[in-house]
Amino acid sequence: MKARVTVTLKRGVLDPQGKAIGNALHGLGFPQVGEVRAGKVIELDLAETDHEKARAAVEEMCRKLLANLVVEDYAIEIA
Amino acid sequence: MHAAVVVFPGSNCDRDVALAVARATGRPPAMVWHGDTDLPRADLIVLPGGFSYGDYLRCGAMAAHSPVMRAVVERVKAGARVLGICNGFQILTEARLLPGALLRNASRKFVCRPVSLRVETTNGEFTRAYAPGETIRLPVAHGEGNYTADPETLARLEGEGRVVFRYVDGTNPNGSVNDIAGIMDATGRVMGLMPHPERASEAIHGSTDGARMFEGLVEALA
Repeated sequence: MKARVTVTLKRGVLDPQGKAIGNALHGLGFPQVGEVRAGKVIELDLAETDHEKARAAVEEMCRKLLANLVVEDYAIEIA
Repeated sequence: MHAAVVVFPGSNCDRDVALAVARATGRPPAMVWHGDTDLPRADLIVLPGGFSYGDYLRCGAMAAHSPVMRAVVERVKAGARVLGICNGFQILTEARLLPGALLRNASRKFVCRPVSLRVETTNGEFTRAYAPGETIRLPVAHGEGNYTADPETLARLEGEGRVVFRYVDGTNPNGSVNDIAGIMDATGRVMGLMPHPERASEAIHGSTDGARMFEGLVEALA
């Protein structure tokens, strides 16, 4: 199975990278762009066939390493 | 005082801090590789600055889970002192030995310059050589020193006098909340700070304010 983890900064946490991207997009002539939030995507190959087990394992990975829950949120897609 | 400096792949202040420690203790500290599972006798363990594991994933995230950190956690429980400088501070927060997190500088720029710091507490061994409220000069060199914590954690840190160093009014180089530059844990055994005391430990550095941190530790833990 494959898992796709998206890690983003929590709402309210300053995202200087997102801000820089927003400024650059305005400079390129996209005035419709409002707030920009940048994050990261982590793709995992899992030796697992059970959907629920896969999700539980990836949840644990997120809590232990992939995301810092003090400042980040994560979302998991299993496919 | 026996000291150990942990060396991670990508540490780059390990030798500087070893020299500063040796000057205070009169003997070189043990240098411990990140893959080691055992620590030598050490009253003080230093996590040095640098870019451990290339700052992959998040600053300090990989190092926080390296084999040696399990031994560091055990030693803290047994009473050892741990000092995390710059990347070492980031590692301590990722390892949950200190609360909060260090975010990208609000300016989005790497800052590398001397800063003025107010010594907020002289409780504990790390700052006993300073006077309460004293202003000292230490260099910073970081891109991710913007300290943050949730409001409850912040209130606890402030209320319990665990903010150790604060950037002097109007000079905050990274946007950290409440101008926080360094904090300690509830036991007072673990301290992390973004500025580099080892880079202000000889007259030729332009300041010896950092040397006093190590001298105070030696006095306390000798």
